[in-house]
Amino acid sequence: MTDEEIRRRQRSRAIVMALLLGALVVLFYAISIAKMV
Amino acid sequence: MASTAYTSQSLPAEWRDFWALTKPRVMTLVVFTALCGMLAAPGSMNPVLAFTAILCIALGAGAAAALNMWYEADIDALMVRTARRPLPAGRMERQSALHFGIGLGSFSILLMGLAINVLSAAILAFSIFFYVVVYTMWLKPRTPQNIVIGGAAGAFPPLIGWVAVTGRIELMPVLLFANIFLWTPPHFWALSLFVKTDYAKAGVPMLPVVAGLKATRLQILLYTLPMAAVAIAPWPLGLTGGLYGIVATALSLVFLFYAAQVAVNRETDQAKMRPERTLFRFSILYQFLVFGALVADHLVMAR
Repeated sequence: MTDEEIRRRQRSRAIVMALLLGALVVLFYAISIAKMV
Repeated sequence: MASTAYTSQSLPAEWRDFWALTKPRVMTLVVFTALCGMLAAPGSMNPVLAFTAILCIALGAGAAAALNMWYEADIDALMVRTARRPLPAGRMERQSALHFGIGLGSFSILLMGLAINVLSAAILAFSIFFYVVVYTMWLKPRTPQNIVIGGAAGAFPPLIGWVAVTGRIELMPVLLFANIFLWTPPHFWALSLFVKTDYAKAGVPMLPVVAGLKATRLQILLYTLPMAAVAIAPWPLGLTGGLYGIVATALSLVFLFYAAQVAVNRETDQAKMRPERTLFRFSILYQFLVFGALVADHLVMAR
């Protein structure tokens, strides 16, 4: 395994984490609205 | 740039390996039965909150699966069926699976409690505890009845789905719970018959390993009888309509037929155990169809 492989894995994990956090922000916002209605 | 050699243990695990830790295929049935429990419950729910409840149940199931793999990494390495999982294959550190499982489980329970209701969060927490501690750590390595009691862990999703909508436990979701609870032994024992040598190699006291093929085949048939009775019960009890009753009865009779074929089978070569493989495959389809019929019946009755 090389540095490149390490970087590739770190990059893909960071992208997935960013997408998940973004989805959570949207979900929490939607839950807040739904609870207020 | 000079490249450095790393062992697989020092590599950051890929996100796909974390995904694999959640046993996505098992999660499909969990999500489906939970969704059916929600859809069959009286009352309505905001779609966003309904999605959140399903998400929490799925994440909770994923957390339980990750903690199961964390605890059983050594056993998984000994079995052909599980040797390619992220931990036994060396693609992930054991500690990462533990942290992932605890984090995911805590998050799912917390979100369920805050967004839906405390009772559904409490049952979700208990189901994770039951699967990881009672089944995986306590029963599975000790008794051939592991799957009988442990089956309760997989039976919670429709109950949680129902409680997420209504906020209370009633007879119908208890029957749905009992249906999956009684379905688990014939489903798992059918599988354990044709992967018996795997379990024996790993020292897991599954029923075929401890009691033998004949006794296991008989137990499969015996457990199918109460399973069928519980699956049909909502109809005569007036909890569902005729659509569910007819579908559940027909499917349960087919299940009984396949279970009877297994009971009379005397094949000892795992590669040739066709009735067992047929029953295992049908048992998965059975739950999808029974729960699908429950929702269809509810929609027809509501019109």
